[in-house]
Amino acid sequence: MRIIQFREALNEAMSEEMRRDERVFLMGEEVAEYNGAYKVSQGMLDEFGPERVIDTPIAELGFTGIGVGAAMNGLRPIVEFMTFNFAVLAADQIINSAAKMLQMSGGQYGAPIVFRGPNGQAGQLAATHSQSFEAFYAHVPGLKVITPSNPYDAKGLLKAAIRDENPVLFMESERMYGDKGEVPEGEYILPIGKADVTREGPDCTIISFGKIIKLVKNAADELAKEGIKVEVIDLRTIRPLDSETIMNSVKKTNRLVIVEESWPFASISSEISYQVQNQAFDYLDAPIRRLTQSDTSFAFSKSLIKEALPEVKDIMMAVKAAMYLL
Amino acid sequence: MATKTKLPFSKAQYLKWYEDMLLIRRIEEKAGQLYIQQKFGGFCHLYIGQEAVVAGTVSATTKDDKHITAYRDHGHPIAMGIHPKYMMAELFGKSTGMSKGKGGSMHMFSKEVNLLGGHGIVGAQIALGAGIAFAEKYKGTKNVCITSMGDGAVRQGILHETFNMAMNWKLPVVFLIENNNYAMGTSVERTSNVKDLSEIGESYDMPAKSVNGMKVEDVHDAIKWGAEHARAGKGPVLLDVRTYRYKGHSMSDPQKYRTKEEVQSYKEQDPIKMVLETIEQNKLAGQKAIQNIQDRVKAKVEESIQFAEQSEEPSPEELYIDNYVEADYPFIRDNKF
Repeated sequence: MRIIQFREALNEAMSEEMRRDERVFLMGEEVAEYNGAYKVSQGMLDEFGPERVIDTPIAELGFTGIGVGAAMNGLRPIVEFMTFNFAVLAADQIINSAAKMLQMSGGQYGAPIVFRGPNGQAGQLAATHSQSFEAFYAHVPGLKVITPSNPYDAKGLLKAAIRDENPVLFMESERMYGDKGEVPEGEYILPIGKADVTREGPDCTIISFGKIIKLVKNAADELAKEGIKVEVIDLRTIRPLDSETIMNSVKKTNRLVIVEESWPFASISSEISYQVQNQAFDYLDAPIRRLTQSDTSFAFSKSLIKEALPEVKDIMMAVKAAMYLL
Repeated sequence: MATKTKLPFSKAQYLKWYEDMLLIRRIEEKAGQLYIQQKFGGFCHLYIGQEAVVAGTVSATTKDDKHITAYRDHGHPIAMGIHPKYMMAELFGKSTGMSKGKGGSMHMFSKEVNLLGGHGIVGAQIALGAGIAFAEKYKGTKNVCITSMGDGAVRQGILHETFNMAMNWKLPVVFLIENNNYAMGTSVERTSNVKDLSEIGESYDMPAKSVNGMKVEDVHDAIKWGAEHARAGKGPVLLDVRTYRYKGHSMSDPQKYRTKEEVQSYKEQDPIKMVLETIEQNKLAGQKAIQNIQDRVKAKVEESIQFAEQSEEPSPEELYIDNYVEADYPFIRDNKF
């Protein structure tokens, strides 16, 4: 199978959908003439022209509102944020307008729109440029939230997001755009709300999503050398959460470790932990363990970044703790 | 007998304005009473005094044009031809309401007449309206979007971001400030050095006019001008329509920020009274025909209240409908034991 970059997979997803559906267009800062701040939209201006690949001024709230209005009136916008940190400026239009439009209008006007861009820490960018927003948006009914971890998932899920009738937040990473992976030629769609069991094993379940899942894979490889076979679930979609896949796995392994890159309080791991103790209490042989970012603002210095984030050895230790091997 | 000067609008137009504005006035008076009687809850922002703004806007636009406004939105659906009983039922939170009882006073929507809300966050609809207009341009129609806002919304940042893009992209939108001079209790004068709101668009090169919002003819002419400008592909315009609300911002407003004399001075130029005077002075209708209009309005108001009171509450399962398009969304249901 051919190997392409994460950014190319996203580009293919958007371009294929724009060829298929004239209502789809892309807007955001530097998406057109600059070919994307991270080159995700490379060549799209040339193919689709300035009416459909639209550079905006630096005005997140305004252009997000314009996108939502266009979605209410029959179009299928893709709004790119240079990062989701900047989408905080547009949160009113995402949370108060897009998420609630269908409901407040009694089903008359929806907002089929995709908000996408990089999310989460990407090295030494300090506190305001290093946040993960899955839990923020997944809290809000009316929204769907997707975080892919590899090029194959990214393409199939972005196409699904563009075709979805609801507002969807699609969270990428500056640190993933250059990742390479197998992506077949031709079209495919991955279902929203379906997790992927990327590795099967009887000893302990690890749930994760996004780029930190690479550490989980490394930890799983290391653990395998020690004879511990873990099962790894890549959530892919955060909201709606694929609780069924989670419960099935926990019922099999009886142990659970959750690894996420964001803060601990009221996080995705908090929600999963609640659901598992509620629905699979009798199957658990040990307390659920989790690893998250530190409960602090993200700092600039390399040594502080190392302190803030879980590492492979932490994941291995958490699995061993869940197995009472420590 | 005085010599007959030719009126700028048809007899039918004057009579329609009179009936529509009177209907809004009477419905709103009743809504205010019913709210005090605790027949319905939530917020209640009455449109009384501002009727000429929506009446002149609707008469100057086409059926395919789009409309979006803020939370003082009870008048819009009525002027746009929706029977007021559906608006009243929405105030009551009934399943027969315009938004199935899910939006309430601040969120009146009707796809049937292209009313895209009713929005409760001050200024949010400014960008939404530009986006609606963006879609019309993208689709190659000749439709415009009338985007209404209060004078308070003018001070929101989203206005400036939107004005800039709407001008840059020549979006077919008419930005209409329903300037009743008070953002809740804070007067226009107290919120900025720029007190003439028609100047707000100048740094974006947006054409603008100030309009007497108590005169429905003037509103109509201004909207017509703005809509034709936008329809011709020349981009947005800004209208500072100076109107006045006779009642408080909402039902809990003691109105200490203005004098009784000020309120009275506007009541003397009441838009409905002025249209009725035009009708009477020009003999556009006899007393019987005018009485017929008043009777019709009264009957519609009564019918609306009855309809709202007798309509069913939404069923509990309705809570889970319209959050997502799909009917089988897997909601977490921890709200009941």
